[in-house]
Order: sequence, then C-alpha cells, then structure tokens
Amino acid sequence: MKVWLAHHQEAARLALRRLTAAPLNSLLSLLAIGVALALPAGGQMLLANALHLAGTTSAVPQISIFMAANAERRAATEIESRLTRYSGVKQVQFLPREDTLARMKANPGLRDVIEALPANPFPDAFVVTAKDDRPEAMEKLAVEFRQWPKVEHVQLDSSWVRRLDALLKLGRTAVMLLGALLGAGLIAISFSIIRMQMLTHRAEIEVSQLLGATDGFIQRPFLYYGLLLGLGGGIVAWLLVGGAALWLRTPLSELVRLYDLTLVLQTLDARDSALLLGFAAGLGWLGAMISMRQHLRQG
Amino acid sequence: MIRFDRVSKRYPPGVDALSDLSFDVAEREMVVIGGHSGAGKSTLLKLIAAIEKSTGGAVLVGGQNVGGLSRSALPYLRRRIGMVFQDQKLLFDRNAFENVMLPLSIAGFPPREAAQRVRAALEKVGLANREKALPVMLSGGEQQRLAIARAVVNRPSMLLADEPTAHLDSETAADVARIFHEFHDVGVTVLIATYAGDLFPGARRLQLDHGKLVP
Repeated sequence: MKVWLAHHQEAARLALRRLTAAPLNSLLSLLAIGVALALPAGGQMLLANALHLAGTTSAVPQISIFMAANAERRAATEIESRLTRYSGVKQVQFLPREDTLARMKANPGLRDVIEALPANPFPDAFVVTAKDDRPEAMEKLAVEFRQWPKVEHVQLDSSWVRRLDALLKLGRTAVMLLGALLGAGLIAISFSIIRMQMLTHRAEIEVSQLLGATDGFIQRPFLYYGLLLGLGGGIVAWLLVGGAALWLRTPLSELVRLYDLTLVLQTLDARDSALLLGFAAGLGWLGAMISMRQHLRQG
Repeated sequence: MIRFDRVSKRYPPGVDALSDLSFDVAEREMVVIGGHSGAGKSTLLKLIAAIEKSTGGAVLVGGQNVGGLSRSALPYLRRRIGMVFQDQKLLFDRNAFENVMLPLSIAGFPPREAAQRVRAALEKVGLANREKALPVMLSGGEQQRLAIARAVVNRPSMLLADEPTAHLDSETAADVARIFHEFHDVGVTVLIATYAGDLFPGARRLQLDHGKLVP
C-alpha cells in the first residue's frame, strides 16, 4: 500500500512538474477552462442567491385576510379563534392594525402621509398558511374565508410565488444545461491538451512500454495532469465567480433595496465550491483518460 | 531458455526478414548473432522481447510462446528481459539516475530499495559519479554504459543487446564488451547482435545471412 501510494505520489509530482514546465501555456489553458466553468458556476451562484431572496420573502403561498375597517377587536379575536380551530389551516399570524400602523410609520417615505391621516386606515389582518398549498385547495379556502363575518377582503398570494418558482426552475435547468455543455467542452480541452502532452512525451511512452510498463503506469502521470488541469481551471472559475460576486454586491444590494428587499450577494458556498472543484477535476481526469485510451489502443 | 522453432518474419509488402529459423539458447549461455546489415539480427532480438511478432513458427522464452501473449501480459515478459537498444533509447530530459530508475519504477520497487539498486548498477558500469548528468552530457561510451545499467538494474535473467559497440572507438567497445562478459559470468543469459563478434570471445556464434542461419 505504501509503495502504491509512493508511485501515485511520484506520478502526481511528475504531472505537476510538466504543468509548471511551460507556465504560460499552462496558465492560458487554465484560464480557458476557468472561464468556461465560471459561466455555469456563476449561474449557480445567482440561482442560490435568488432562492435565498425568495426564501426571505415568502416562498410558501399564503392567504391574507383583512377585516372590515369598522370591525371591533372582538370580531378579530373570533376570526382568529375560528382559524386556529380550522382543520385546513397550518399556521395563523395575527397582524393588529396598531402594529401595521407603527410599521408603516417606521418607513421614512410613508411617515408624513400616515401622520396626516385623521385615523388609523389599516384593518386588523391575518396571514394564513394552509396545510395544503396547492392552488385549487388555497382557492377553496379563500372562498370560504370571504363568507366569514366582518371579513372585508381575502387575498390569495400564491400566483407570484408560482411564477417565481417557475422562473427558478427555468434558471436551474439553464444552469444544468450550461454546465453539461461546458463540461463537455472541458473534456474536449483536456483531451486535446493531453494529446499534445503525449506527442511531447512519445519517446518516454515508447521506452516505458519497451521496459515493461503497463498501460496503467503509462497513463498515470497523464491522468494526474488532466486532474490538475481541471482542478486548476476550477480554482480559476471559483476566483472569477468570487471576484464577480464582490464586484456586483453593492450595486445589486442597492437595486433590491428599491423593491424593499434585502440581499447581500453571496459567492458559492462550501458545498457548491466543493462540487465545482470536484466536477472540474473529474472532467479533466475523464478527458485525459479518453485521450490516453485512444492513444494506447492505436499504439 | 530461448527456442526459435521454424520462425519467419515477413514485413509488408513481402520482405522476408527471417526465414524458417530454428535454434535454442540455453540458460546462462552467451550467444553472439552475427551478420551483415539487414541480415535480420535486430528483428531476431525484437521477436524475443515481443516487440515484433513472428509471421510463422514460434518463439518460446522460458517455455512460453511470446507471440501468443496478450497485450496485458507483455509488460511482465519484458520485465524479465534486459534490453540494450541500438539507438539506446535514453530519455534526454532525465538524468542518468532517473534513466536507470525507470525500469524499477515500472516494476513497482519501493523507492529506497530502487535507489540502492540504481547506484549499484551505475557503479557496476563505472558511472557512479555521473548520476546527476543528463545523457547529452555523457560521451558515446558513457551513454552506452548508461543504457546497459538501465537494462540490468532489474537483475533480469536474460540480457539482449543490439549492436552495443556500434559507433564506439575500439577501447570503449572493449570496455563495453567486458561489462557483458561480467554479467554472463554471474549467470545472466546474454544475446548480442553485433558485427563485432571478435569482442566476445568464448560466446557461441550464430551467423545470419538474409534472414537465414548459415553454418
């Protein structure tokens, strides 16, 4: 086992030596791979942030119930009690009209308008989360709530969530498609670079075969070369995405603030970073393996 | 140890390199294969190491028909054979030590033991003080000795050499021939394809002419 590890270490060392032997060539190859990988990785980062943003607003469809403006607190308490007992309701949040007024006053843009009003214009309200959040079930609940006494308006806010969900699904599919396409591109780049490497080291391959090297022995340094190439490209992509995230963070935060939302653009998290590096290294290795197999089969 | 049983080798488009060749080489024997250029000497050695395959007959090494070996079995045959090639086939981007280390790395020797063996092999051929030198820094005779060190570092039971004294001056050639004798003396079977058979007194001679053995 120790000997086996020592030979793998030697192959990896040799691959690293070859990679650093032509620094400019290697750098340009890593950049090409990095840029190709940065596109799906960047897409994944944006998607993760969009999901986060959706999560901080309301990803779960809810029903808003507004009481009549003249309804007394007792009526609201009665409705709250009915909602709590109702079998189709999962969660109820009561929003007293005083709290709504205070929240609106806290908004600098609205404070003057609110204070100019003679009385509190906001009704007591409830935000209801249903057990069954399918659109038809939600609609059925809304129809029923509208018939309850002192209920002025019932608003079903599932449609925008569905639109957002559809957009996120589309985004996820686009990222996967882009990832698959550019992953195939990475295999092709690795294949070509390893082919060039094999031509450069043709004499060594021939001598090794004459001295009794197995295909595995001959392939090993080239496979490590492909792996290092992919891994290096993955690191370049990670840096590009991280740099772009830093650069975009402030303008994007300012943009979403205009919509009363908060977003601090996050770069790839640990899981996505590990996936990116593993994916890149694996594809580099795969390209090298296909290239080597084809070469050795022809030889 | 080696048996050629009615072996023929024909290269496209129909050039006969060897024709109906039969002979045996016993274990620990030293054999010199003579003949003019193009007589088939190199082809004969290549058939033993399965670098080429015969087009007729069978080449047996240790009782094994090497022509029938699978691709995956070939490396293990070649590890039992030390080969000195006519063009030496040294790796010019690796130093002397690394060149000699290659067969041991291939065979999976532990690095420490391999390093000891490499130093012993380099010492045996008189290159102990040149282990860091790249082949291009070595003289023709030193390069040939380096190729011999690489061929024997694995301690093979059989040593094949293709024109090992070609392009060497007479003194260096005698020096290289002495090294082969030393390996033969310690029990290695040696086959040398050479036009300079006089350098190997005591060796059995096989003379080839247009791919056929001549008396």
